[in-house]
Amino acid sequence: MRTLAVTRAVAWRTLHNAFTNPSLLIPSIAFPLFFFTAFAGGLSRVSDVPGFHYKPGYTAFQFVFVLLQSAAFGGVFTGFGIARDFETGFARRLLLAAPNRTGIVLGYGVAALGRWLATASVLTVVALVAGMNIGGGGVDIAGLYALAIIINAAAVLWAAGVAMRLRTMQAGPIMQFPVFLVLFFAPVYVPLYLLQGWIHTVATINPLTRVLESGRGFLAGSPTEVGVAFGAALALMAGFSIWAIRGLRKAEAAG
Amino acid sequence: MKIFADQVYLLARRSVVRTIRQPANVISPLLFPMMLLAVNSGGLEAETKLPGFPTNSFVAFALAVPFIQGALFATMNAGTDLARDIQTGFLNRLSLTPMRGVALLAGQLGGVVVMGAVQAAFYLTVGYLFGVRLAAGLSGVAVLFAFAILISLGFGALGAFAALRTGSGEAVQSLFPVFFVFLFLSSMNIPRNLIEATWFRDIATANPVSYLLEGVRSVIIIGWDAEALALGFGIASLLTLVALGLASWALRVRMART
Repeated sequence: MRTLAVTRAVAWRTLHNAFTNPSLLIPSIAFPLFFFTAFAGGLSRVSDVPGFHYKPGYTAFQFVFVLLQSAAFGGVFTGFGIARDFETGFARRLLLAAPNRTGIVLGYGVAALGRWLATASVLTVVALVAGMNIGGGGVDIAGLYALAIIINAAAVLWAAGVAMRLRTMQAGPIMQFPVFLVLFFAPVYVPLYLLQGWIHTVATINPLTRVLESGRGFLAGSPTEVGVAFGAALALMAGFSIWAIRGLRKAEAAG
Repeated sequence: MKIFADQVYLLARRSVVRTIRQPANVISPLLFPMMLLAVNSGGLEAETKLPGFPTNSFVAFALAVPFIQGALFATMNAGTDLARDIQTGFLNRLSLTPMRGVALLAGQLGGVVVMGAVQAAFYLTVGYLFGVRLAAGLSGVAVLFAFAILISLGFGALGAFAALRTGSGEAVQSLFPVFFVFLFLSSMNIPRNLIEATWFRDIATANPVSYLLEGVRSVIIIGWDAEALALGFGIASLLTLVALGLASWALRVRMART
């Protein structure tokens, strides 16, 4: 009960800040739309590359990447807020006031989900208006969004762990850069089988590749590697949960 | 004349030393564009199989991008450093001396221009190591250095203008995403004639960044393309002139206020 109260309070405050401050709200919505425009619009000819087969088309192919990217960065942007809370001293007061501090991490997690749901709604509407084809049914689409939600949770837990350890806004690049690398070392522009050389090797061992390929499978209506994708995403979330909770303990110890 | 030269030299040296002393200002413009080059050239290598693609190496095609991206970093570095000078009161103290405004601007941009040359050398070396050979030959290297210095000066002056108008490092930093949008909505990843979506091709055609990229790209993969070079250097020169004019005006306004 105490955990729930803390979770609700932290989530409400973070969401209130995110939705009432245009400098926080606009980039988190505009950037995924911009990437979607640049990739789906500018690179649509890539679908003519010999061997490229994705039935719903290149717009849908890129939509899945941008959806997962927005989920990951929705988590990272929330991490920036955590760092800011520590810098301004708010988080220290929060640590004193909260009867259950695990609720703080959960609250930030709920807020990250809320922020991303707003972004995902806009992105989905824009993609549908742009003529995106959907091959999958309701269950498939639910599978795609479920994967994105887990990635969002994993990303916010990663960013929270960094923010609580370093407790400064200068930790922003440390939160952002690894996420950027993991995302772009997956098959962003073409399917895995069309990648060659070192990028193919890196993409093959990148856990996000399974998530991305599975997400594209869901959207096309031909689910693929579902178990591995959910396993990889849940493993990331579990690992970063430990990372975040340990970060919280370090923040508590720092006083 | 000697006094003016001394003033420029002293401020340029300060600008260079300050750039070198901030590892983030040196490493980011070198490393970040190379990361993007690696990611894009790995992911989009298959694009070279499209009929009509001008080269069979995507690294060669994409090597133009770091030149423009590096210039964006020049905007940030020049602007942020100048904004810090404003915030810390250094510019106010400087305005009490007989220092001329033009000397101040030229000196501030000195570090940016040096960094532009270092970046060009680094990008070309990395490209060479990955098998890129300039179609224009050795004299193409000189052209690319001249281009890198010109756009570093132009974008650096834009950063200086933003810093002088706002006096805030944060405001200068917020320009980065705006410039990044211009970069992504250009012919950065695919030649304009191969862009399928008409609306995107129109945007890329209207976007001056496309011509900056194509100027550099022509030297790397085509050889000597007079039209591409004229457009690239023409737009870069125009940008530099306008940016320097705006920065000089903003400096006069800033000095008058203080």
